[in-house]
Amino acid sequence: MHMADALLSPAVGAGMWAVSAGAIAWCSRKVRDGQDERQVPLMGVMGAFVFAAQMINFAIPGTGSSGHIGGGLLLALLLGPHAAFLVIASVLVVQALFFADGGLLALGCNMFNMGIIPAFLAYPLIYRPLAGRQPTRARLSIAATATAVVAAQLGALGVVLQTTASGISELPFAAFAGVMLPIHLPIGVAEGVFTAAVVSFISKANPGFTATINPAPASSIRHSRLVPVVLVSALIIAGLCSRYASALPDGLDWSIRHIAGAAEPAAPGSGPHAFFAKLQEKIAPMPDYSAAGASSSVAGIVGAIATMLAVVLCGAILRRPWGKR
Amino acid sequence: MSHHIVEVKGLSHVYPDGTHALRDVSFRITHGESVALIGANGAGKSTLLLHLNGYLVPTQGEVRVGDLPVTRTTLNEIRRSVGMVFQNPDDQLFMPTVFDDVAFGPLNLGLPPEEAERRVAQALEQVDALPLRGKPPYRLSAGEKKRVAIAAVLAMSPDILVMDEPTDGLDPFARRTLIGLLKEFRHTRIITSHDLDMVLELCQRAIVLHEGRVMADGPVLDIFRDEALLAACRLEPPLSMQGCPVCGGQGR
Amino acid sequence: MAGIDAVITDLHALEGLALEDSPLQRLDPRAKLLTTLLYIVCVVSFGRYELSALAPFAIFPVAMIAGGSLSLLPLLRRIVLLLPFPLMVGIFNPLIDREIMVQLGPLAISGGWISLASIFLRSLLTLGAALVLVSVTGFPAICAALERFRVPRVFVVQLLFLHRYLYVLAEEGGRMARAREFRSFGNRGMGIRPTTALLGTLLFRTWDRAGRIHHAMLCRGFRGEFPVRRTFRFGLRELLFTAGWSVLFLMLRMGNLSRIVGGLIMEVVR
Repeated sequence: MHMADALLSPAVGAGMWAVSAGAIAWCSRKVRDGQDERQVPLMGVMGAFVFAAQMINFAIPGTGSSGHIGGGLLLALLLGPHAAFLVIASVLVVQALFFADGGLLALGCNMFNMGIIPAFLAYPLIYRPLAGRQPTRARLSIAATATAVVAAQLGALGVVLQTTASGISELPFAAFAGVMLPIHLPIGVAEGVFTAAVVSFISKANPGFTATINPAPASSIRHSRLVPVVLVSALIIAGLCSRYASALPDGLDWSIRHIAGAAEPAAPGSGPHAFFAKLQEKIAPMPDYSAAGASSSVAGIVGAIATMLAVVLCGAILRRPWGKR
Repeated sequence: MSHHIVEVKGLSHVYPDGTHALRDVSFRITHGESVALIGANGAGKSTLLLHLNGYLVPTQGEVRVGDLPVTRTTLNEIRRSVGMVFQNPDDQLFMPTVFDDVAFGPLNLGLPPEEAERRVAQALEQVDALPLRGKPPYRLSAGEKKRVAIAAVLAMSPDILVMDEPTDGLDPFARRTLIGLLKEFRHTRIITSHDLDMVLELCQRAIVLHEGRVMADGPVLDIFRDEALLAACRLEPPLSMQGCPVCGGQGR
Repeated sequence: MAGIDAVITDLHALEGLALEDSPLQRLDPRAKLLTTLLYIVCVVSFGRYELSALAPFAIFPVAMIAGGSLSLLPLLRRIVLLLPFPLMVGIFNPLIDREIMVQLGPLAISGGWISLASIFLRSLLTLGAALVLVSVTGFPAICAALERFRVPRVFVVQLLFLHRYLYVLAEEGGRMARAREFRSFGNRGMGIRPTTALLGTLLFRTWDRAGRIHHAMLCRGFRGEFPVRRTFRFGLRELLFTAGWSVLFLMLRMGNLSRIVGGLIMEVVR
């Protein structure tokens, strides 16, 4: 699920951007130093392949609905994590620009949730140990499914954390996570099963193929060094973000107080959101806006409508000079 | 001393899966000749083309371009003098705009940007595609793509043009335009095609490949009149040399 | 597959605009990119209940749409397709936050509705700005701007390649999907197994294509360095464009124009 600009505060957006930009720089250096110039067109067309693949639906058995592949895991299996991350990131850039999937500020979050998590957490930590060097078909399916499920869950968790830390949505952490994580369970399973099926298909159709494509597994030692770095930097960023996260002081506590009947008590006073909330309370850049009186609100609404009208009018006037020739 | 000569001596190629794609192929193409490589699907034409600019290294035998043998050390020289036009222009036009794509080669040759720009303009002018310079490749028609792909090669001022199925996928008008264009060139030309009528117009000489062997090498008309040979190689005479189905008149 | 065709048509429509020639299209892409980024940051930096102060920000996309003579409908269609996720998350706001914030005569509006409307408006503005950016700039120019901003060359080249082969592969995949659809009835033939075979085949073809492209690159002297042309320059017009909009955004961010205008109107009415 793509994170969206509208749900994001600038601090969280910028923080995630910093992490993702770092990952881009690092992976670019890795790929460049890999000295395999065949990679250049290969990564490019593989990005386009993922794009096309996402548009080809398959029927999910017994449900009457259809799904499509996400492609992140498949890329990691075929290209290795560094190249795969760059390809995923490039696909997300195109989606953000052409399809407004998420938006530009949320791009950093999306690269983290859908790129860094599958390529640098799920793939080296789950897939590699489970699949081993020469996986059998069954083992490949199990490893791929486990990896895809973990990646989807962590990605969904990322969306939830980024949303709650931003404080634009009222949805409390526990409730939001309670919706997002179960939704992403079947998505992860489908992705894993499907990825494994595609990989088995290609290795059966052309046995030499998979052996030649994935770069040396020896580099997995380096991944294990990388993982803690990614985790720690993510934690630091998350902490930093939450300090500046919300324009509204104490946004999360405030929203929890308003849950009627507290059907889903989000364990106030403990857990990550209380931590964020406390931090937010300390450093709130904006005065509490809800104090604004009713009369000024009315003025605000009248004014908003008036300015909107003026803006549309300006647009109509500006349009003329360079209109259709 | 001329770069315009292509000489293949005893060339054989075996793919890693054991397929014998070429068996003892030899020929010599001299300055300014226009030669057609014809043969059925799987006869070895593409494999042969891949040897002409060193993408594949001979398992046996030798390829010489001008005075140079094609080896790892001479690749840069070879690729500058042998221009290769691909069958599918989408594989060849990978840069964001027509201009960038045509400039790709000259810039890689290390030419200064102004000189590269001059060459791009000249090459595009030659194929009558100058107005397309700012367009992205995916917005071109098939015929335009073909012409731009040729310009991209011309911009490197090669001595030898190698073209794989130049008229493939073109409508009759675009095909006619392209043939007119290719007639003008004075380069040594090597063309593979199933479009035998085009071959008849453009080439004086044809080399017939069948199952990796050279079955015939001679003047185009002689080869197209040898029906037994053509049938044995899974070919047939060009349509313009076959009888007219309406008036019953005999072709050439 | 109608979906793929529709996407390709939309992409063509969006990008076709960037090929037109207007003062806005000719501007250095860096100016447009920077301005758009600042714009988005300004828009999302408001508190969750902010609504009126967001309204004047519509001036930027509207001015760009007008200046670039873009057509509004395709842009709106894309945005509307994308709204569901933020709205789905935001829809809980009215349920959770029931505290009355605004009393308009008999109509009491709770904070939740206001923040939902705010999310809606933010989506419209930020998504609109991104689409407008690519429409008036074009993707390759944005990539060139990124290269000038010192984004690693490897990534810029990746973006350019992806963009170039997007159409080629979407069309190829679309043709294969259509061929499957013509021979499928109901869900028979649309299951996981045939789809795997379809994608596996497409993957092989993609791999072969990468090999051919690599060959084409080698044929033209590629030795690992990718030339990226730099034709634009950041001149006075770019400076004025960026600075002008930035000042306006910051002013709109600091003071609530809507409320000032509204206050004036209320004064006059009274």
